[in-house]
Amino acid sequence: MVFAKGLNKQRKRRNDYNNLAGYAFISPWLIGFILFTVIPIGASFALSFTRYDLVSPPKWVGLENYKTMFLHDERYMSALKATFSYVFVAVPLRLIFALFIAVLLVKDRKMVSAYRAAFYIPSLIGGSVAVAVMWRQLFGANGALNSILIELGIIDKGIGWIGNPHTAIWTLILLAAWQFGSPMLIFVAGLKQIPTSYYEAAYIDGANSWQRFIRITIPLLTPIIFFNFIMQTISGFMAFTESYLITGGGPFDKTLFYALYLFEKAFKFYDMGYGCAMAWVLLLIIGIFTALIFKSSNYWVYYESKGEW
Amino acid sequence: MKKRKKGYISTLLYHTFIWIFGFFMLYPVLWLIGSSFKGDADIFQRAHHLIPTQWEFSNYIEGWKGFGGISFAVFFKNSFIVATLTTIGQVVSSAFVAYGFSRVRFKGKKILFGCMIITMLLPSQVLIIPQYIMFSKLGWINSFKPLIIPAFFGLPFFIFLMMQFIQGIPKELDESAKIDGCNHMGILLRIIIPLLVPALMTSAIFAFYWRWQDFFGPLLYLQTPGKYTVSLALRMFSDPAAVTNWGAMFAMSVLSLVPVIILFIAFQRYIVEGISTSGLKG
Repeated sequence: MVFAKGLNKQRKRRNDYNNLAGYAFISPWLIGFILFTVIPIGASFALSFTRYDLVSPPKWVGLENYKTMFLHDERYMSALKATFSYVFVAVPLRLIFALFIAVLLVKDRKMVSAYRAAFYIPSLIGGSVAVAVMWRQLFGANGALNSILIELGIIDKGIGWIGNPHTAIWTLILLAAWQFGSPMLIFVAGLKQIPTSYYEAAYIDGANSWQRFIRITIPLLTPIIFFNFIMQTISGFMAFTESYLITGGGPFDKTLFYALYLFEKAFKFYDMGYGCAMAWVLLLIIGIFTALIFKSSNYWVYYESKGEW
Repeated sequence: MKKRKKGYISTLLYHTFIWIFGFFMLYPVLWLIGSSFKGDADIFQRAHHLIPTQWEFSNYIEGWKGFGGISFAVFFKNSFIVATLTTIGQVVSSAFVAYGFSRVRFKGKKILFGCMIITMLLPSQVLIIPQYIMFSKLGWINSFKPLIIPAFFGLPFFIFLMMQFIQGIPKELDESAKIDGCNHMGILLRIIIPLLVPALMTSAIFAFYWRWQDFFGPLLYLQTPGKYTVSLALRMFSDPAAVTNWGAMFAMSVLSLVPVIILFIAFQRYIVEGISTSGLKG
């Protein structure tokens, strides 16, 4: 009895030590989590029901910000439209390019790793201001694209691709598709995991390379496609730098991305409450899309052994 | 014999295709580099040419002078300070947290770990406005503090990456260290850290690279040109309404990419592995 009590005491002391040590080790994250995530989330939610300009105290307005957004704000609608068309076109394009090149670059040939590095370079530098500057010049009225088209005799006067309301968003979509490097590398890693014996068996059964791609590669790769799809969709909704730097949201708000409009509202017009409300709707949109993709995964994502991925 | 010939042709086709596609992919980058050496007339009259008629190094000298009396030396220095401190902060703090989550048993661990995973998927827009308000109340606007100080509280991406790595380190090593009288701190510093170097490297490279290219943070928090980082300076420098010297702008754009390219060439293996094993986006 006494002995057991001593053991319990010892165990308790060890547990106390572990609890203390555990919280000590994770304290940097835990403190940061409370200061920079939990409190801001609460504040953001509360502020979304107010009008607040950073100078005078927040004024409670109830649901007005949300109502204005959906009923009276035409620019908000433009922002939704621009963001959705960007995400719906750019994300699939990027993934198709990534998969296509990954299939080519997983082969055991000479120079493959150098090729992979080369195709990754656009992604590496893609988010930088330098690339935005470059893109604006490439597609500008006096830019390289027009110069090529004039030389080839396709057009005889430069077109302002970025200033034209029909083409502006396409310059941004092209920029996004151009940066397929990261999903490509993830696809390559996934492709390497597929056992070659599957291909050999299919080859013996007389399947041609297209059939092998459709019947073996694609099904076994669906978990990776799923992962890339989710990550790219989330980051697509949050795109900011491209439209801020290249088109400035114009012409006629055709490229006014959600994050850009939010930034303008909050930090140009100092309408912080409205900005917060917009952020919450964005969170909701991203949440719904992520949930939809997750739900749909039952129908198209193939798991070799359940729950392994 | 016939089969061999067929293989040869397919190899040739393969490499030709990759080279042509690769050329289109890299054309913009090559064009940027080429343009940075072009004279003013060259830039517009022969806009799509990659190779300048006359190599003009003066663009770099002109560009380096910067604007408003502040040279690019200042902007590069600012970027290095911010990126280096961010890197140190994120890597060191993340290593501690990763150890706590993967090797110490404590109450509430599962819930807290779940919270951390959720924050990885949270769109930053939800946090930006209150964070800005908070930092402005603290008087941190127009200083490097909002960019650097939060870095010392760990980054979930890196914590997760390091945890995956720590899980691969045999627990027996911890046990034997414990018998030798090591406490948790000792195990972390003597056993785990030396074995964690590859994950620390990957995290450090990404931390530096992300902060170096970061545009939004500096745009939000830095106001006077003397505080600008390279990316923000480049944006002011290239303001369509103000640009007169295009060559200089291209030259500074190229220079801003040099550290990133050097990092990539030197540590390609870590970058590729970081992306392909954990989906870190680059």
